[in-house]
Parts: sequence; structure tokens; C-alpha cells
Amino acid sequence: MTLFLMALGMLLTTVVLLGLAGFLVFAERRVLGLLQNRHGPNRLGPFGIGQALADALKLMSKENFVPAFADPVLYRAAPVLVAFSALASFAVVPLDRGFSWAGDWNIGLLFILAMSSLNAYGVFLGGWASGSKFALLGAVRAVAQLVSYELPLGLALLAVVLLSGSLSLNGIVQAQWMPYIVLQPLGFVIFLIAGVAETHRLPFDLPEAESELVAGFNTEYGGMRFGYFFLGEYLGLTLIAVLAAALYLGGWHGPWLPGWIWMLIKTFAVIFIFFWLRASLPRPRYDQLMALGWKILLPLSLLNLLCTAFAAALWRLG
Amino acid sequence: MSAYRGLVQLGLGLWTTLRQIGRGASTVSYPEEALKLPPRWRGRPVLTRDPDGDERCVACQLCSAVCPTRCIELQAGEREDERRYPVSFRINFSRCIYCGFCEEACPTLAIQLLDAFAFSTEHHRDLIYEKEALLIDGTGKHPHYNFYRHAGVALHGKDKGQGSNESPPVNGRSNLP
Repeated sequence: MTLFLMALGMLLTTVVLLGLAGFLVFAERRVLGLLQNRHGPNRLGPFGIGQALADALKLMSKENFVPAFADPVLYRAAPVLVAFSALASFAVVPLDRGFSWAGDWNIGLLFILAMSSLNAYGVFLGGWASGSKFALLGAVRAVAQLVSYELPLGLALLAVVLLSGSLSLNGIVQAQWMPYIVLQPLGFVIFLIAGVAETHRLPFDLPEAESELVAGFNTEYGGMRFGYFFLGEYLGLTLIAVLAAALYLGGWHGPWLPGWIWMLIKTFAVIFIFFWLRASLPRPRYDQLMALGWKILLPLSLLNLLCTAFAAALWRLG
Repeated sequence: MSAYRGLVQLGLGLWTTLRQIGRGASTVSYPEEALKLPPRWRGRPVLTRDPDGDERCVACQLCSAVCPTRCIELQAGEREDERRYPVSFRINFSRCIYCGFCEEACPTLAIQLLDAFAFSTEHHRDLIYEKEALLIDGTGKHPHYNFYRHAGVALHGKDKGQGSNESPPVNGRSNLP
């Protein structure tokens, strides 16, 4: 019975998350319209919200096509891997006090980093198995970018772990007597920039730069397999936003309103920043991206970690 | 220094997009909202009538000759008062490119590109307009113009526009669109 209920709950969580990802695709287009003096999709349903459903239906009704030059097994596996790794990460994310699948897991943060690396595998395998030069170039870029930005991301998170003394997300949120953005402003900025690069969202969307690489690693994909990549991207975006809310913005802490509402507000605020960046900034050159990652963000995050460690040691002594 | 400038530029860029939120969309939701057409908009060509209600077209074939896509076809006829008129007038709108050459060529200002533009159909044959569909009951852009009305010339003891079937001269500038 418990097992059945758990399975049902997991199914429900997955459906809610997938619905959220579909909604975000629509919301992004509306927000972009708002920021660019235009409407965005506004035809189907109230505020055009039916567009999300229409897009999903369109993707699902398309043919599941495997190109003759693609590696058939990996080609099929890669999109699932991307969507799975993004979905699995949400297991350790707490939405409210004691409201999560594995929020108390004592390696929650490590698990998320591991899953994001798995995500990189999905992207790379998808690009490689497609057997097309554009997809391969996109995949190579994706791997280089993800490896370069995982370092500052991890180091920025390490400073948070240092402050809270816990690797579980519940523990980190509970340890925040004030939001860590106050103590870690630099860390927050590094986390956000690395997070944008990690989910290869604009302006760091070089793996799928459509003006250079057609669609990058997912060039050869169509139908629901493309939909998986799409879902994976938006779930990754949500994950980074949720993490930013939980680790830096105080998670469910907040006056008056119930915790999960605070969590949602903070998450959507960070998601808005993602959309805002997309509406404003042009894509950098590839060497600029690499230079930013290795020459600026990595030293800065090391410095941030050192200062945090020093301050924490002084705090412990005094 | 350059990093600092770059950050400032970044912030300015972000501020520029954020500022647009309150400004509303500049999109015109066309079927629901009416478009503001410019005064010289070239829409679907029509055949107009002069202020007396007669057809302006004198079937001179100039529009048909000048048409770059050859989409105008007409047959000339003659009325009992020896005035020429088109027996049939046909425009194929699946070929018309709305260049307005026919309007420029027309000596009697009969054919005019007015502001109708949304008339898509399911079949090409529905886009071939015959004379009944083209001829309108108005004067179009030139409400007072009549090709057959003229002011004549001044002679001894007669100024312009004072002879029989002459009308007073028109200020040429009043004809501008």
C-alpha cells in the first residue's frame, strides 16, 4: 500500500513538473513579449495559456523518426537521459518544511551535481549519436561549456555548504537564519552565471546556437524526442531557480505567507531573471565564454570560498 | 577598467529591456484592431465613376498595356453618344502585384487602388474579378474630377469656363492626394 502510494505520488510529482515545464515554455514567450514590446502567444485560451497544451500536442503527434546515419540506441537513449536527470534532481529539493521526497538526504547537493553531470552526458550523447556535424559541434561545445562552468558552480555551492555545515537541502535551508545572498553576494552571482551556462540558456546557448549550428546538439531530433530535450532544458532551468531560492534566498523562510508560497515566489523571481537575461543579452563568442569561465569565474569563486572559509574559521574562534 | 565598463554596459542593457514592461505592445492585433492605412496605400484596384455617375473608364487599354503581370484584360465598346466604355473588364488578382502602374497610366483616373486588401479566397478562380465586381458607385480618391469636363480656353469676350458645356477652371493643387 505504501509502495503504491509512493509510486502514485512520484507519478503526480512528475506530471506536475512536466506541466510546469510546459507552462514555462509558454510563460517565457509571454515574458519575452512583455520585455520586447510585443504580445507573444495570446490566441488560445485565457492569456494564450492553451498554447502550451497545443505545443505539447503537436510534439507528441509527430513521427518518432530515427535518421539512417544515427546510432539507433544512443540516439533514443539521450533525450530520456536528459529529461530523467533533470527530473530526478527534484527528489532532493524541499518545497516546504518537511515537504520533499529526499530533502533530508545527507548528500543531496552532491546528488544534484552528479545529476547535472549526467545531464551533460545526455546532451553529448544526443549530439554524438545524431551523426551530423552540427549536432557534433554542438555536443562538443556543450561538454566543454558544462565542464568549465561546473567548477565555479560547485565552488560557489561549497561556500554555502561551509556556512551551513550540511549537504542536505533541508539542512541548508534550516541553517539560513538570514538568506545566504546577504553573506554570499558574490557566490550568488557566480552561481547564477554558472547556472545559466549549465542549463545552456541564452546568453550562453552556444551548444544550440541557432545562428551558427542550426539547432546544435538537437539538430537531428524531432517530435517527442526533441520534446524531451526541451523539457530537460526547462526542468534544468527550474532546478537552478529552485536551488538559488533554497540555497541563497532562504527557501521556505518568509513572513506571513506559508512556506511553499514563499518558495514558489522566490523560484519564479529567479526564473524571471533567466527570461530577462535572454531578452537582453547577445550571445558571446566561444572563446569569450571559455575565458569568462576559466579566467574570471573560477578565480573569483576560489577567492569567494577562501574568504568564506577564513571568515568561518574566525567566527568559530571568536 | 574595461571589466567595470563592461558591467555598466551589461546593466544598461538589462535596464533597457526592463523599462519596456509598462509600455505595452506596439503590435496591432490586426483582425480585432483596425489598421491605420497610410493615405497613399495601394489596395485592390477598382473602377470609379465620375461625379455625374457615369463610368470614368474609356477603355483605352493603357492599364492593360502597362501592367507588368498582364493581369488586366478588357474589351472596348461604344455608347450611343459615341463615348467609349469597357464592355468587359477583368482583373486576375492572383497575379496582381499592386504596383499601381495602372492607376498612374489611367488618363481618366478611372482605375484606382483603394484601401481594400483582405480578400483571400479558397480558389484562384474566385480571384478573377469581373467588371460588376470592380465597378464601384463612388468617385474614389478624386471626388470632383470628370475627364469630360473642361474649362476651355479664353477667347475675346469669353474667359475660361464660360462657354457652353465648359466648367470653371480647377485649382491644379487641389487634385493632389
